[in-house]
Amino acid sequence: MKQVELTCICCPMGCNLRVELDGGSIASVTGNTCKRGDAYARQECIAPVRVITASVPVVGGKLARVSVKTAAPVPKNRIFDVMDAIRLISAQAPVRIGDVLCENIANTGANLVATRSAERN
Amino acid sequence: MERHELIVIGGGPAGLTAATAARKAGVEDVLILEREDCLGGILNQCIHNGFGLHRFKEELTGPEYAQRWIDEAASLNIPFRTGTMVLELSSDRILTCTGRISGLEQLQADAVILAMGCRERPRGALNIPGYRPAGIYSAGTAQRLINIEGRMPGREVVILGSGDIGLIMARRLTLEGAQVKAVAELMPYSSGLRRNIVQCLDDFGIPLKLSHTVVNIHGKRRVEGVVLAQVDENRRPIPGTEEEIPCDTLLLSVGLLPENELSELAGVPIDPATSGPSVNENFETGVAGIFACGNVLHVHDLVDHVSEEAECAGRAAAEYLRGARAQRHEIPLRSGDGVTGIVPQRIDPSALPEVLNLRFRVRREVRNHYLSVYAGGERIFHQKRRIMTPGQMEEIALKRELVPLTTTEIRVAMEEA
Repeated sequence: MKQVELTCICCPMGCNLRVELDGGSIASVTGNTCKRGDAYARQECIAPVRVITASVPVVGGKLARVSVKTAAPVPKNRIFDVMDAIRLISAQAPVRIGDVLCENIANTGANLVATRSAERN
Repeated sequence: MERHELIVIGGGPAGLTAATAARKAGVEDVLILEREDCLGGILNQCIHNGFGLHRFKEELTGPEYAQRWIDEAASLNIPFRTGTMVLELSSDRILTCTGRISGLEQLQADAVILAMGCRERPRGALNIPGYRPAGIYSAGTAQRLINIEGRMPGREVVILGSGDIGLIMARRLTLEGAQVKAVAELMPYSSGLRRNIVQCLDDFGIPLKLSHTVVNIHGKRRVEGVVLAQVDENRRPIPGTEEEIPCDTLLLSVGLLPENELSELAGVPIDPATSGPSVNENFETGVAGIFACGNVLHVHDLVDHVSEEAECAGRAAAEYLRGARAQRHEIPLRSGDGVTGIVPQRIDPSALPEVLNLRFRVRREVRNHYLSVYAGGERIFHQKRRIMTPGQMEEIALKRELVPLTTTEIRVAMEEA
């Protein structure tokens, strides 16, 4: 049986979680002091996800760049694929917060959206 | 001289929230002055998410959180002047400012809210020997270069200091293709949020070297490497533990300092524990009609708390402008064992809001300890906390009826039982 150690991020306690994996399923979670830790450990071990944030250049805007994020969390092991895709993107002014700059980025199912507005220059 | 009822210095989250709260509380004539070209303050470069969980019950990025307040101010038609820097503030609330179009001008305010935020502690405040090569940046400068200007400060990076900005930048640099070789922290614990240690360092296998510091910087024109060493319990480098790490960039994330040059010009008394103005429960400083909120008052971990505090300051400024001032009898709040930097620093027990929020930091990390509040010799509040750490601001919500009207001093302490 495989053991994984994690630090819980749900609160400042930072419990040291030990997860026992039996093949693809979770046999046990120990070290947590509350049920949030249990849920976090299961999510992290089975399908860890992260929201990716970055910034992209704006063409013809008052700002040189606008910040962006994936509108939904993407699988952790796809982070660098998403970054590679973001590097190819530029936005055309005007940009409004929430504008979709790329649909289904890097085939993750998540859209890349602007998190800042940029008026036309 | 141009006159306004309320002038807010700074158009970041504190200033925007304070201005909107003051307007909603009935102040017609509010003006925000902002030295940058756009509103939003430092949030514009904080493009990561995690803002607004308390306030809006959702995870926003910095620019999105700022935009909520910019939109709110716009919907209330609150005027603002960007590109306008306040150079001087006098105790009778005359502001000398300079703007690209308006030039040098003086404004008179009936009330002022200080919301200038904070700045990063620079290299000069540390004692790192070595030349002064290119490639040494504060973490916030690197953040601005990458996120706003789209420039990479370097390729092989060491970060000194594990505050949240340093951690966030470790991830940001990694995502943009740089190699972050280590984050060194002088203290035996990180002052950053646990979540950031996991998601910014552990996710990418970046080592966090606690009780380590930079003892030398190599390179004459450009950084070529740094020497890290372990430190003892007195934070002195231990000989023989030196380790040379080749790199072209050193980022410093070694603390934030409230930016109070203007406050001092106005004669506002500064609390050495917070490096911010000493304020009462209305966020009014020691100079009548001058209020303070946000990071200029004390450095926060969460912008949500900044907004909450700024709303109180805005409402209090409105109250002040209505002119209904009773005679006040203020008593001091003091830091007892294990506690530092309490805000507010003084209160009038007869004029408290229903719930008085006390914010402060503990001096060391403890588990299952108590926070106690004493009025004179009497304990009026006692609450167990599972964990407290210097990196996370503590808060006590003290009900008004618990504070005896006759008390002459309030003391907050951290206790084992």
